[in-house]
Amino acid sequence: MSEHIVQPRVYITIFLALMLGTALTVMAAFRDFPGPLNVIVALTIAVVKATLVILYFMHVRYSPRLIWLVIGSALFWLAIMFALTISDYWTRTWLPPL
Amino acid sequence: MPEGLATTHEGSHSALQHHFENMEQQREAGTLGMWVFLVTEIMFFGALFLAYTIYRYQYPAAFASASNHLDIRLGAINTAVLIVSSFTMAMAVYSTQVGKQRNTIICLILTMILGATFLGIKAVEYRDKYRDNLIPGQLIPGHPFKPAVARPGDTDEHKLHLVEGATVHNVELFYWIYFAMTGLHALHMIIGIGIMLVLTVMAWRGRFGPAYHAPVEISGLYWHFVDIVWIFLFPLLYLLGRHLEGHLG
Repeated sequence: MSEHIVQPRVYITIFLALMLGTALTVMAAFRDFPGPLNVIVALTIAVVKATLVILYFMHVRYSPRLIWLVIGSALFWLAIMFALTISDYWTRTWLPPL
Repeated sequence: MPEGLATTHEGSHSALQHHFENMEQQREAGTLGMWVFLVTEIMFFGALFLAYTIYRYQYPAAFASASNHLDIRLGAINTAVLIVSSFTMAMAVYSTQVGKQRNTIICLILTMILGATFLGIKAVEYRDKYRDNLIPGQLIPGHPFKPAVARPGDTDEHKLHLVEGATVHNVELFYWIYFAMTGLHALHMIIGIGIMLVLTVMAWRGRFGPAYHAPVEISGLYWHFVDIVWIFLFPLLYLLGRHLEGHLG
């Protein structure tokens, strides 16, 4: 597989999108959304920004499947760590203390 | 080349190691190796993000009080500085790929300057926390965690404004997490600047070009990863504290 050279035009577009995302997340922080929506908005923007960095700045979009597999497995194990730990803390209050 | 004696590469690039077939294979192996390292970094920072999540869930009021004491302006400026540095890093990779040595050096130096700017702003924030006695535990001997707590109606920004239900002790927990996460992030930045310095010297000596730029590329992966960590740290530490009150219900 030959190497893909990402053009500066793409980098500039991603850069502007990241700056826009930063502005949006700061603006959203000064507004009060109902319930947990503030957290959801902030984390969604962060995930989108991180995805843009990974796909374009880190060239993963143009990388071999093997790289995708490595990143995917990292996120999978990260999800296991979060899911099991949070399910523990979250459900501790469901039962009355012995 | 005789069969079974693939230890010399006549006429190939001088940077090609003997255990690789060609530069392409060597570059891809390097990229994979860097990603495997970044996986360990993801798990490493992931555990800290998990600790943040658990304690924020348990002590929302204290986390809101502590987070509101952080300077959103400085945090936002630092986010922008890091994004610009990721852009200059990406341009450094592009410049080596197309063989523009001068541009590579300029981009690498810009990346280092921006990284140093980030650390400078971070130092200002740390100094402010020191002044307000918000360094947790006995991290600095003789300077314990002892913030002045604001009474209702007091608008002094240097004092700690506790949301109802928050205790100073749990605010201290937030600051442990804050200093652990931003401190480790800053350490990664310092290492990153050191790597950029080495790359700049190598670029200066004309080591890189369209045929050989793997070191710039995989160092770029590291730099972008550190940027991603901050992309999550900024909203979680600085921004979300403003809204934890809504969760108490």
